[in-house]
Amino acid sequence: MNFYFPTVFIPFSGATVAAGFPSPAEDYTELSLDLNSHLIDRPYTTFCIRVRGNSMEGARVYDGDMLLVDRSISPQNGHIVIGVLDGEFTVKRLRIDQGQMYLLPEHPAYDPIKINHENDFKVWGVVTYVIHKA
Amino acid sequence: MYALIDCNNFYASCERVFQPQLEKRPIVVLSNNDGCIIARSNEAKVLGIPMGIPVFQVEALLRQYQVKVFSSNYALYGDLSHRVMQSLQAFAPAMEVYSIDEAFLDLRKIPFYDLEKWAQTLKQNIQQWTGIPISIGIAPTKTLAKIANRYAKAFLPSEGIFIIEDDPTAEIALAATPIEDVWGIGRRYKRLLHSHQIFNAFQLVQAPESWIQKHLKVVGLRMLRELRGEVCYGLTLEPHPKKGICVSRSFRQATSHFGTIQEVVSTFAARCGEKLRKQKSCANLLYLFLFTNAYQDASPPQMYSKVIYLPVATHNSFELVKMALTALDLIFKEEYRYKKVGIMVTGITPESHVQTSLFDKPDPQHLNQKRVLKAVDALNRKLGRDKIRIAIQGYGWQPSQAHRSPCYTTRWEDIPTIDERRDFRGKPLSPRPHKD
Repeated sequence: MNFYFPTVFIPFSGATVAAGFPSPAEDYTELSLDLNSHLIDRPYTTFCIRVRGNSMEGARVYDGDMLLVDRSISPQNGHIVIGVLDGEFTVKRLRIDQGQMYLLPEHPAYDPIKINHENDFKVWGVVTYVIHKA
Repeated sequence: MYALIDCNNFYASCERVFQPQLEKRPIVVLSNNDGCIIARSNEAKVLGIPMGIPVFQVEALLRQYQVKVFSSNYALYGDLSHRVMQSLQAFAPAMEVYSIDEAFLDLRKIPFYDLEKWAQTLKQNIQQWTGIPISIGIAPTKTLAKIANRYAKAFLPSEGIFIIEDDPTAEIALAATPIEDVWGIGRRYKRLLHSHQIFNAFQLVQAPESWIQKHLKVVGLRMLRELRGEVCYGLTLEPHPKKGICVSRSFRQATSHFGTIQEVVSTFAARCGEKLRKQKSCANLLYLFLFTNAYQDASPPQMYSKVIYLPVATHNSFELVKMALTALDLIFKEEYRYKKVGIMVTGITPESHVQTSLFDKPDPQHLNQKRVLKAVDALNRKLGRDKIRIAIQGYGWQPSQAHRSPCYTTRWEDIPTIDERRDFRGKPLSPRPHKD
């Protein structure tokens, strides 16, 4: 069985309108749903990143999923974050317990990471959405 | 007060945003055709790699210190520049984007006593939000803000902020600024000032106005007043419409092959047309230039050029290519080997203002071409540059870009990937992407 879903129409600002009889719908183009504005609060600080591997399956981040990452959000306990640990990217849940930071995977095969003083660690950005193909 | 925000080693910093393992490693970025070094990280500057040097002259040095070399990736730099500028906008009521990595902010509405804190917050936020480190110079005028910024970079690299708020702070920064680093002082004025024993900006502001006016004219006088803290230049808020469009490249190897040069010239003419159509304007002067090989028999490179005047301004690629090839026929000489080729179009007017000549009747072929080019532009936007092209452009002349990083923020297939896969021993399954 085939289902046909209407395509979400993303109005393109600055698009030229062909001359001719004006469409009565012209004034209503703004009402189309815009996924960009729905999913992204601050486009200038939001980046797309793809994940390979299953270390965050418990948080419903699967192999091949795409993450929206906002770098302007200040990381809090419990956020899923993109971290840079000793020069390498990683995606984990951030746990802050009495001033001690941990990076928690959400898969039994992976071990939690305790951030020590000798680690060079920075939060690169906070994950706001997981985009997963159904 | 004005602030000049300048991104530190912008192109090198852009390359680090998605490759954090390159933090603290020396990086250089090459010019369009992988010819010269056009950007260096601080670590590369320390190694003594000069700006603008042809890359083959420092190859041994690059290898010895494992300098990471990148071809320029303007899609990435452009996108990150846009993000920096948009983020800056949140911090001040008015902004002038001065270049890809510099912007002036108008701080008149920000209370004076808060400037230091304001600047620190700004610097921290831009670094975290976009990944790009910046330096900030704050002063009563734009010319002084540039000097403050330069001073912060050179003498306060860890703070990256300098505020000229009174005479003593102005004196410190001015005395530390060689006159050739003052906005508006070119090579000629530098020589003139040096011959009058003026070497730094502080000595310059001591000079009498009448002397400056006599030797540096009215522009020099304005510069002097700006250096003394009197505002002569406000923010330019409108983006300057492009006065000319230039497309030029150096060949990796000089060539005297007519067919090759014909392809390149047509490709550049077509590119000018595309750029004109994109900004909805037309040009009526086309200027073709060829440089002979600089190192051939040690003679200086010769430039040969031809200007073609178009009776009616156009953005039609077919016409531009025809004109460019006509010009090429007139100046091409088989006995030379050519190192660089370029086309500039100028005399630019908005397409809506184009004056048709008295004898120019509407040409049906012209209208057809216009429609064809519109379709070509749309297809190329979708499929990639030059997928549809005029036959004489050949099989696509591509600049060499052997070390370009992925277009992380502008192409879906290039978005950064975090690979967390492990084998049964818990070792990463595949090598981390983009690591050498």
